[in-house]
Amino acid sequence: MQDVKDTSDPRASNKPGGEQQQQQAGGPPQPPQPNPGPSRQQALPYGIVGAGLKEVTRRVPEDEPPPLPENAKLKSIGKPVSRLDGIEKVTGKARYTFDVQLPGMLWAKWVASPHPHARIKSIDTSAAERYPGVRAIHIPERILSTAQLRDPKAEQGNRYPTVRYAGQPVAAVAADTPRAAEAAVKLIKVEYEPLPHVSQLEEAMKENAPRVFPGPTEQPATAGGGGAPPGLPQKGNVRGPDNKPRGMGPRGDVNKGLSESEVVIEAEYRTQVQTHVPMEPHGLVADWKDDGLTLYASTQFVTSVREDAAELFDLPKSKVRVISDFTGGGFGAKYGIGNYGLLAIHLSRKAGAPVRMILDRREEHVSGGNRPNSIQRLKLGAKRDGSLVALQVQAYGTGGVAGGAGVGFCHSTLYECPNVLVEQYDVFTNAGPCAAFRAPGQVQGIFALEQTIDELAERLKMDPLALRGKLDVSGTDDCLARAQERKVGAERAGWNKRRPAGSDKGPIKRGLGFAQSQWLYLVQPSTACEVRVSGDGSVEAFSSTQDIGTGTRTILAQVVAEEFGLRAEDIGSHIGDSRYPMGPASGGSRVTSSLTPAARNAAYRCARELAARLAPVFKANAENIVFADGKVMVKGKAGSAMPFREAVKKAGFEEISQRAERRDDYEGYLFKTPDMALSRHGIGGVQFAEVAVDTETGIVKVERVVAVHDCGRPINPKLTESQIYGGVIQGVSYALYEERHLDAASGQQLNANVDQYKILGSRETPRIEVILLEQLGAQSSTDARGVAEPANVATAAAVANAFYNATGKRIRTLPMTPANVLAALRG
Amino acid sequence: MQSFEWVDAESVEHAVSLLGEGSERQPVVAKAGGMDLLDLMKNGVMAPRRVVNIKTIKGLDGVRFDAKQGLELGALVTLARLSREPEVRKRFVALADAAEHAATPQVRNAATMGGNLLQRPRCWYFRYDHFHQAGGDAVERVRSGENQYHAIFDNQRTVMVHASTPATALVAYGASVELTGPGGKTRVVPVSEFLLPPDMKRSTDTSIAPNELLTRVRIPAPAAGTKAAYHKQGERESYDWPICDVAVVLRMEGRTIRQAAIAMGWVAPTPRRAAEAEKLLVGKTLNEELARQVAKAAVNGATPLSKNAYKVPVLEAVVRRTVLAAAAA
Ligand SMILES: Cc1cc2nc3c(=O)[nH]c(=O)nc-3n(C[C@H](O)[C@H](O)[C@H](O)COP(=O)(O)OP(=O)(O)OC[C@H]3O[C@@H](n4cnc5c(N)ncnc54)[C@H](O)[C@@H]3O)c2cc1C
Ligand code: SF4
Repeated sequence: MQDVKDTSDPRASNKPGGEQQQQQAGGPPQPPQPNPGPSRQQALPYGIVGAGLKEVTRRVPEDEPPPLPENAKLKSIGKPVSRLDGIEKVTGKARYTFDVQLPGMLWAKWVASPHPHARIKSIDTSAAERYPGVRAIHIPERILSTAQLRDPKAEQGNRYPTVRYAGQPVAAVAADTPRAAEAAVKLIKVEYEPLPHVSQLEEAMKENAPRVFPGPTEQPATAGGGGAPPGLPQKGNVRGPDNKPRGMGPRGDVNKGLSESEVVIEAEYRTQVQTHVPMEPHGLVADWKDDGLTLYASTQFVTSVREDAAELFDLPKSKVRVISDFTGGGFGAKYGIGNYGLLAIHLSRKAGAPVRMILDRREEHVSGGNRPNSIQRLKLGAKRDGSLVALQVQAYGTGGVAGGAGVGFCHSTLYECPNVLVEQYDVFTNAGPCAAFRAPGQVQGIFALEQTIDELAERLKMDPLALRGKLDVSGTDDCLARAQERKVGAERAGWNKRRPAGSDKGPIKRGLGFAQSQWLYLVQPSTACEVRVSGDGSVEAFSSTQDIGTGTRTILAQVVAEEFGLRAEDIGSHIGDSRYPMGPASGGSRVTSSLTPAARNAAYRCARELAARLAPVFKANAENIVFADGKVMVKGKAGSAMPFREAVKKAGFEEISQRAERRDDYEGYLFKTPDMALSRHGIGGVQFAEVAVDTETGIVKVERVVAVHDCGRPINPKLTESQIYGGVIQGVSYALYEERHLDAASGQQLNANVDQYKILGSRETPRIEVILLEQLGAQSSTDARGVAEPANVATAAAVANAFYNATGKRIRTLPMTPANVLAALRG
Repeated sequence: MQSFEWVDAESVEHAVSLLGEGSERQPVVAKAGGMDLLDLMKNGVMAPRRVVNIKTIKGLDGVRFDAKQGLELGALVTLARLSREPEVRKRFVALADAAEHAATPQVRNAATMGGNLLQRPRCWYFRYDHFHQAGGDAVERVRSGENQYHAIFDNQRTVMVHASTPATALVAYGASVELTGPGGKTRVVPVSEFLLPPDMKRSTDTSIAPNELLTRVRIPAPAAGTKAAYHKQGERESYDWPICDVAVVLRMEGRTIRQAAIAMGWVAPTPRRAAEAEKLLVGKTLNEELARQVAKAAVNGATPLSKNAYKVPVLEAVVRRTVLAAAAA
């Protein structure tokens, strides 16, 4: 990212990355000195493999493992290893939280408010209590996952939390069977005093709109991002402006800039509310026992579940254990315990039995999180040579009862522009809370920004790729990656055969478009990993991090295997348990970037210790013991080779173990807290889309996507590709189909299912061609970065630019349904 | 879902007598493939006390063609079978295609012809029990709400559309249903009359009586020179409910059209014949220009709601394309 200085303002309280807000006391945070302590100067490979690797020298900790060469020279890292748990998953053996069944477990269900806004006058649970099989009932005294009143006094007299969205939990029942829980829930009598509500963005912006909250609010972020900066003004339902999205911007004077511009492009864009729809809905099984609380959680961050539970139930962390063997997707919304978890724990405590509370599909859509919608007004000023002079953005969006409806930080960081002003507003509505969602804000922001840049190119009769080349010049790693990606992507996509906009004569019009991605390169400094070798030659790695479908177990095993000359499948890869060393959150594309360097360092140390133990067996110096191809040998003496297990057994020890933490990036960070550090470099990516637009029916078909991405060093190209497929698929689905429909009059979601909430299916999946760069940034012992979010950032914008190339008309409203497409074609 | 009793019916009579025991407070319903019934029960829209499984009735899954009698389909014939059955493919291609493009492979394997015609609307207000309990004017609610998938014709009294897409083809072919009541008494009703404008307050959107079983669907044998085509236009291809679907059946003499039926589904409360458009075709040879006029006539008089005006041009395009496809078939 460029624009380093703008992030250091102390009022830039929403730290870049939008992470857990921990207000730092005292002046502006100084970019911290990386890795204090003994160090050495180390030459490292730097650059894009195959496009000019050079050597750079960095200060690295003294005991840092030697730098890795490029993937081609490695045995395990960088290889397309299949998921180690793939067979378990496809055979149904893998135990997701949804599948957890404990002896004596109870089933929980909540009462959902039918009103979008109401005060609760009374709750009568007596009939439900008498219902056969009911074991506990709980009425929540607070609601999580929502903005909080700055001054709680406004609602102090209320006995129960105010209902602010239809579907908000009001009470919950745990019973012997799901049927009994469901029946008992219907017997709970709730007396509501309905209040006026508002569920549509523009309605809520009106001065006389019903107030969702009686006063100003705050919205802390989760570890997945989201949230809104503290202390912003709030008028009615409109909170803001936040003019430092993720701590970046503003700069210069946009009005002056615009007046000095030779070309001004101005337009309004609209994006929809998208819900996360993970295959496995949110849920938790709570087992409260006198000696401790065990939680089985479908989560993106085991640690956050433990923290929430410890805090909300006033337990020492040592008494809370969180287990997450497999998580069926989360996309940013699965942090902490949520209302379902809060209720499950209360019910388990009351009933003295384990309680399972898993949302059903409706509850998931309504209360599990969503990507806020947006109305964005962009004004871009430029010179005739294409250089940008000013960029002004005004954005409104609603995350329902939660804040966090931004449009990302791309405006300040992607292109060189001296005057930038982004003003984004959160508009509260009586609708379920938003949550971080795969590149929160950025997806919406890029949709508008990349169309605007294309429009500028068209106006100036410049090639859109060439214009990007002129503007995308920060020199950071993501910028360098994109330059290469534009080149190889253009070749693969056949950019030089691209025709002028609207070339097809018939009703079906085809076009090619492209857009750029940018995302943060994040690291979780608190990451640790332990590696053990047992006397029988077993090698195991431990981290509390979880797998939300990305293949965490596999990459962990690959990195450890490399140091021992073993194969990934030889390593016991243990994750998803808060008793293991703290692992990163599966959010902000940071698992691989955080975990793999810690894992490699632990494995390296453990391997060196093992070498020392083996030295006497081989009658050699420890430095000369090498591990390769499943064998141990003395360097240069192939004849000495002995199978790994056999050699270890000979060493005669019970267990050796090493633990390592994630070192700072060698160059340091812009910004660092224990949970999150932000590099000045980002993650790039560009995507090309080919579309066919049926101009009579308004049906858009995305036929092909060429996705060119970087993620530092790809630890496993197969899993990386898989992430990119997922990102593109989710991006096309967002561009074309997905949209939450709320009935304004009742505040009810109408399509809270997977039938009428439309998601792309197999026949709508384009041909996806992934090109993956191997970019070595010389920053850590593995040089890995992330890719999950970048893969989803550019897709909708690329499809929209292709739509223009096909039809000669701009589509500024998502999703591209026939209704929106036909309207755009008329425009 | 509420507990219920399950009875396997042994015969049509047995089923009919069991159905006859139902009352408003103790509803008894038939279950064929169960694809719609189970959905509605899970959503709390239906809560029968007794479910009569009619899949156990023998002899209701026949497909018979006879040059005089035409096609006779047992009520239990599945959509999957319908889409593959050679006689249906050969002589009633619009129906075979409609069956093939309905739902998903898994659903088609279970869904039956009878159940398909008797399924309830997909209107998202209808499918959500909240709105059954909420009371108020259901039609007005949709009219001022989210009506993008609702009717663009005949939408003064109801705005919901009938869900069955094979029904569109059946209407174009002039099909009828056979209903069997107590004492084995049967009556035959044209599909176009059998289907009623959906209503939230009624328990069926057809003229079937509570103690009747739909036993057969009959289609007259097609005259020589019959050509047909069907197109279902969804937002998605993988599986989707339609924006509209269109079935066209033409009787041609050489290149001249002697008779035409154009049925349009999902645009009116029940499949709608485009009568004016059909007239334009009779006695003519089809060309692009005529197809254009026909399509225009077919959408003439549409009265779209606040959010579904887009359906009008979509329907127009689909009618034009399907008419052309039928003539070229
Ligand atoms: C994902 C999905 C997609 C779908 N897409 C389409 C589509 O594109 N087009 C389409 O047309 N449909 C579609 N459907 C609906 C599906 O085709 C119907 O639900 C199915 O055909 C119903 O048939 P069934 O045999 O399962 O009926 P059931 O669910 O068993 O019964 C439906 C109703 O009819 C009654 N009934 C059934 N048979 C008889 C009988 N012989 N006599 C008297 N009463 C009877 C039952 O009491 C019940 O009220 C879709 C469904 C799903 C789940
Ligand atoms: S929609 Fe149906 S088939 Fe698909 S995952 Fe859900 S339950 Fe399974």
